[in-house]
Amino acid sequence: MKKSRDDYLTLFFISIIGFYILISLAFPMYAILSKSFENKDGDFIGFENYQSYFENSSLVYSIYNSLFVSIVTMVITISLAFVFAYALTKSRMAGKGVFRSIAMIPILVPSLLSGISLIYLFGKQGIFRELLMGYEIYGPIGIIIAEVFYTFPHALLIIVTALSIGDARLYEAAKVLRSKSIRTFFTVTLPSAKYGVISAAFVVFTLVITDFGIPKVIGGNYNVLAVDVYKQVIGQQNFEMGAVVSMVLVFPALIAFAVDRIVQRKQVAILTSRSVVHEPNESKTFDRIMFGYCSVISALILTILGMCLYASLVTFWPYNLTLSLKNYQFDLMDGGGWDSYYNSIRMASYTAVFGTIAVFAGAYFVEKARSLKTGRSILHLLSMMPMAIPGLVLGLAYIFFFNHPDNPLNFLYGTMAILVICTITHFYTVSHLTALTSLKQIDNEFEHVSSSLKQPFYKTFFRVTVPISLPAIFEIGIYFFVNAMTTVSAVVFLYSSKTTLASVAVLNMDDAGDIAPAAAMGMMIFYTNAAVRIVYVLITKKILVRFQNWRVKTT
Amino acid sequence: MDQYLSVKNVVKYFGKFQALNNINFDVNEGEFVCILGPSGCGKTTLLRVIAGLESQSEGTIQQNNNDISLLPPDQRDFGIVFQSYALFPNLTVKDNISFGLKTRKQNRNEIDSRVDELLKLVGLSDHINKYSAQLSGGEQQRVALARALAPSPGLLLLDEPLSALDAKVRQHLRLEIKNLQKQLGVTTIMVTHDQEEALTMADRIILMNNGVIEQEGSPQDIYSKPTTAFSANFIGTTNLFKAKKISSNSIEIHGSVLECNDNINDDVSTVTIRPEDIKISDSGEGKNILSGTIKELEFLGSNIRGHIEVNFESDKAIVLCNFAAEYIQNKNIQTNASINISLQPHAIKIVKE
Repeated sequence: MKKSRDDYLTLFFISIIGFYILISLAFPMYAILSKSFENKDGDFIGFENYQSYFENSSLVYSIYNSLFVSIVTMVITISLAFVFAYALTKSRMAGKGVFRSIAMIPILVPSLLSGISLIYLFGKQGIFRELLMGYEIYGPIGIIIAEVFYTFPHALLIIVTALSIGDARLYEAAKVLRSKSIRTFFTVTLPSAKYGVISAAFVVFTLVITDFGIPKVIGGNYNVLAVDVYKQVIGQQNFEMGAVVSMVLVFPALIAFAVDRIVQRKQVAILTSRSVVHEPNESKTFDRIMFGYCSVISALILTILGMCLYASLVTFWPYNLTLSLKNYQFDLMDGGGWDSYYNSIRMASYTAVFGTIAVFAGAYFVEKARSLKTGRSILHLLSMMPMAIPGLVLGLAYIFFFNHPDNPLNFLYGTMAILVICTITHFYTVSHLTALTSLKQIDNEFEHVSSSLKQPFYKTFFRVTVPISLPAIFEIGIYFFVNAMTTVSAVVFLYSSKTTLASVAVLNMDDAGDIAPAAAMGMMIFYTNAAVRIVYVLITKKILVRFQNWRVKTT
Repeated sequence: MDQYLSVKNVVKYFGKFQALNNINFDVNEGEFVCILGPSGCGKTTLLRVIAGLESQSEGTIQQNNNDISLLPPDQRDFGIVFQSYALFPNLTVKDNISFGLKTRKQNRNEIDSRVDELLKLVGLSDHINKYSAQLSGGEQQRVALARALAPSPGLLLLDEPLSALDAKVRQHLRLEIKNLQKQLGVTTIMVTHDQEEALTMADRIILMNNGVIEQEGSPQDIYSKPTTAFSANFIGTTNLFKAKKISSNSIEIHGSVLECNDNINDDVSTVTIRPEDIKISDSGEGKNILSGTIKELEFLGSNIRGHIEVNFESDKAIVLCNFAAEYIQNKNIQTNASINISLQPHAIKIVKE
């Protein structure tokens, strides 16, 4: 068939977005892979680096450590999150909205903030250190507690979704057949949530094994893979070994990614459009137990956050407990001062704006374009890849790729732009999936109608698709912003003295022993993200409703 | 009448599956053609090929003497209405209808008067500023129709336009669309699986099955002169029998010899007999009379359908017959009663298997 103007435009935009992902992901990953096969002079030496890696028992031991904390965290997080999600979806307890909001708090702070909080709670001068009965918080215990805090909302979101799709008609059928509630749980609830739970488990596993902030802050001498990468690169300037450890780290992340994708596909299959939302029955005892459980979990989350808040306001822990804003005088500390904070805001805003545009446009072409079937599948595949790459590895790959003297994009190195590019790419996949889900709900025939009316696709895009998708577009923007504010791993190798960031400042101040200011900077990130989320809720509740009055039936 | 659209030797594969097998037909200017068939017969694929939403694997399509086979949809001249209506939910009725008018360099007044004209045409002038969520299904359908007609396309394509509606609304809209089409004289192709819809609306029906055209003709012809067993069975209700040739005007069904008017060529063939062509024979005397027992009486309103177990010479078989409800009531005919039916020679038609 002949190509129309729309087809050429589609090809043009798909190529741009595809090319962006190639440059920001595929080429850097190739650079880091080839680096792992080179010596310091850049000569190819085959598997020699890998050989010396596996001969170094302390490095290899990190693999075991990483797997240990990841699996233990996974089991604990999934158990806690499942019950919490069950309470949110299958009980009629009071305060669901509040519990849900509290459970989301960890998403709004950098992961290492929970580590800092644990130091105040259980460290050498901690309030509750007796509770550990002689055990050290520095090490696997601290890492696991902090990781559970950090991964809890991620697991919760997935499991809540999985539990909410339970079809009410199945529950009714079970009831009519006089099935006991325990039996209903095992025959109806659990099977329909099965894939969600598996998917959540792998997401938690990946988050923990690739996280570097928490073990850096509270790991003590307990080495894990992600910290090894950091130490090899920043501490010993051994880039080749850093590349090798990165490849070792990518391996489990890739497997987890692959399993998650397969499982997600199955999850979709049991969702039918005819499903009816299940409204739980009232059961006083059950609701009270669930309320108690959620209260305990929420209290724990608030304790960790509250400890940080308190620590950031105390003048000199634990000797002078008068409250002051002394720790917020960042300009007096290492880490870049208040400029880091402003840089973070700028970086997060650029990421939100450009990331949302790129992701939504990309998802639109993948889902709605009429022609270029192959091009669209390739673009979709490229869009899924960032999820498999740990942030730390991506950041290191950027050094190898963009800092290479022969790279014409070399000028980007050390700028704000490279931070934005890296962050957009790091968080691309989840946003892409959000956009796809939203676009799939829009009738595909809109595009056909417009072309029969001889209208270019971009007119339909701007007049129909974008207005209908505004809620999802805002959601993606917020996701980019919040994550850009909190991310450490993706940017820790890439900032320069002019582009220091708040999250990295938390890390560096903690490293320099300024723990209270680190907590204070972490709280600044929390305040900002919380404010942005609140503004977002107000926008969606008040303003969006006005622009979206077409959604309301008034007949 | 001039030939407006011509589909020649169109073949469409999806992978190895052949969705369309050598499709040929013409549509005259101003004609209303229905493509009718069961789900999966390829009718929607055919419509999408005509619209350019799918590309055919082989064959050509000509519209108004231009070869449009390779043109993308936005370079073809048609308006389309989908089963889902596909109204833009965030635009008002007015903005939906004027969507296709805007880049055609018409000024605002011209656009406004065109929208008014179309709204009047579909009887929705009061709803101009409403959103689709505020309209009933039938109203949405009419807006979709107005939107498709707004740029005055040469060809109107309707993809199962009525199947998402309630039965009453559907009957009403059937007539309305038909009248509108006549009034505007726009060449129209409608795809439907509903035989009643096709029979009432179409000037000509193209009956499809398994990717091929089974039969093509006016609704009356398709109903009264089915050429294949599929046609006879798909449209209306019928009785189908295997028949053996006895002479040029008599056949044998289950051992009973019956006279018929058709000229019989093949030794073995299939015959169709419509239930309404079968009469009750009170006397039980004469040609083509068979005896049987009423197994079931199905109430259809003005008619009653009898399932009659007929005693053929060599076998018993169920034959469906339509009786006037009045007749059955007056005679007080009950199930298990014996009855004589007459299969008139003109009612027996030979069809292709």
